[in-house]
Amino acid sequence: MRSVLLNSSAINSVERMESAEHRSHSALEVRISKKRTDGFELDLGFATPGGITIVFGASGAGKTTLLDCIAGLTAPDAGRIAIAGAPIFDSDRRVDVPVQSRRVGYVFQDLALFPHLSVEQNVGYGLAGIERHERKRRVQKMLDSMEISALQDRKPAQLSGGERQRVALARALVTEPSILLLDEPLAALDLPVRMKIAEDLRRSIQNLPIPVLYVTHSRDEVFVLGERMIVIERGKLIAQGTPHEVLSAPRGETVAQLAGFENIFDAQVTAIHEERGTMTCRVGSARFESSQVEIETPLVKAAPGTKLRVGISAGDVLLATSAPVGLSARNILEGKLVSMWQRDMIVVAQVDCGVEMFVHLTLAARDSLELRPGRQVWLIVKTHSCHLLGS
Amino acid sequence: MDWQAFWLTIRLAVWVTVILLVIGIPFAYAIAFSRWRWKFLAEALVGLPIVLPPTVLGFYVLIVLGPRSPVGRFWISLTGQPLVFTFTGLVIGSILYSLPFAVQPLASSFSGVDSRLLAASAVLGVSKLRTFFRVVLPLSISGVVTATALTFAHTMGEFGVVLMVGGNIPGVTRTLSINIYDQVQDLNYSAANGTALVLVVIAFVLLSVVYSFNRSLWRVLP
Repeated sequence: MRSVLLNSSAINSVERMESAEHRSHSALEVRISKKRTDGFELDLGFATPGGITIVFGASGAGKTTLLDCIAGLTAPDAGRIAIAGAPIFDSDRRVDVPVQSRRVGYVFQDLALFPHLSVEQNVGYGLAGIERHERKRRVQKMLDSMEISALQDRKPAQLSGGERQRVALARALVTEPSILLLDEPLAALDLPVRMKIAEDLRRSIQNLPIPVLYVTHSRDEVFVLGERMIVIERGKLIAQGTPHEVLSAPRGETVAQLAGFENIFDAQVTAIHEERGTMTCRVGSARFESSQVEIETPLVKAAPGTKLRVGISAGDVLLATSAPVGLSARNILEGKLVSMWQRDMIVVAQVDCGVEMFVHLTLAARDSLELRPGRQVWLIVKTHSCHLLGS
Repeated sequence: MDWQAFWLTIRLAVWVTVILLVIGIPFAYAIAFSRWRWKFLAEALVGLPIVLPPTVLGFYVLIVLGPRSPVGRFWISLTGQPLVFTFTGLVIGSILYSLPFAVQPLASSFSGVDSRLLAASAVLGVSKLRTFFRVVLPLSISGVVTATALTFAHTMGEFGVVLMVGGNIPGVTRTLSINIYDQVQDLNYSAANGTALVLVVIAFVLLSVVYSFNRSLWRVLP
């Protein structure tokens, strides 16, 4: 009994060593540069372990170009792409595995299901080289696990958005790819069903033994799916880490937008208060140079005169109708309410306090404060609600 | 009604249509998907028969296929017969004459297939050739129908090339359109009318098939 236990633990440790050795290669390694004919340039490098990696960026940031380079649909000008240590593209060693041999699972933004083929034929499409019975068995197994067996004779046009999405995923996974690429797979769906399907999708892909790149520009999807993320802006990698890490130290506008900063200002450091751990910045937006608005922000390594950007979430700003006293908050800005509008259950107030600032209020606050355009107001912003962004 | 001329014309149109589909499909594929920078020259060459007078085309075909040309001599050494003024010569001339009517609808519908579907097929490990037969061709059925009907109708109605290359030999090269010309020369207007009406009806039926399949025919015609 004892020796059996020893043996099994020995086996376990061997397995663990092997998997550790396996992990010494990053599951996916990318270092590419690519200049498109329209002048856009993609130039970035990153490595990820297995599991889901979110690729976040605004539209036009180069996300689809990145996926096309990995899939082999577009050739980078230079660089290296390797999956589990094996290069599929390497400009130095003249490696460029043709797209048909890369074993990539790619779910396109518009899904690209074959409109003339049934669900079953779509899913079996990539298994053409396999013996008929084996092919049928694998397709059925995949249809069952995706819960779309009942739809197997339908054409894509007869499916709902969510069903189509599952067919596309099944078609990619049945070929047992070595990497899965998902290009905004939920973009075509209506918002109410999107989060439910995102959750289903996470369950289908989170335990895959292969790296998964999931492209999105929706912050909700980042939080449902995210373990790790990279952020791309204008073809460059500007941040990576867990969503929490990336969002708590936002650098660059894409992340700021992701973190929900409705207010982003150009700023210039005017004074450093080392002993207090803060500094003073003059902020402005369009009329920056003439602006006299100064706010206190957390201290970063910067000399007076340094230009940077400050992001403030509209939900972090307090609004008062008389000059507040006895507050811990360091930034109190006097201004005038310019306009207000309602978005879902929040009220967005636009305030001119030397710079233009957006503030989120509840419906009840708007009513009890009897706010209307033209009214004099004070905005209160805590020092630590002022997030410094790289410029 | 000269039934001999009628069946000869049908036979010619069937041969030309079948051969043009076989050689037109790879031609159209190249035009639709090639990124060759001089591609427009090939396209212009394919489109030439549309704008050239049939007599010009027929003249050059006559010269190239004639018994004194290398092609004509080779053919005579092979078969013992000349190419011009035979049914075979007529088929070759007609293929050149109807080439754009097969290639252009095909190329147009091939290039109309969503390029993301082709990318999806490639990513799933399927070769370009198999992708063509499993995705491009099935999604281009209307183009194939258009090409077939237009080639058939156009070949049935040709006159100039037939006269130049084939002459007017009953049972060998005398087609319906030549037949009409003969009948009018003989002042036999009622017979000409009967033959002409047959061609009108066939052309109308074929074009109806095309339009019912493809309501934007104007896009595939030059």
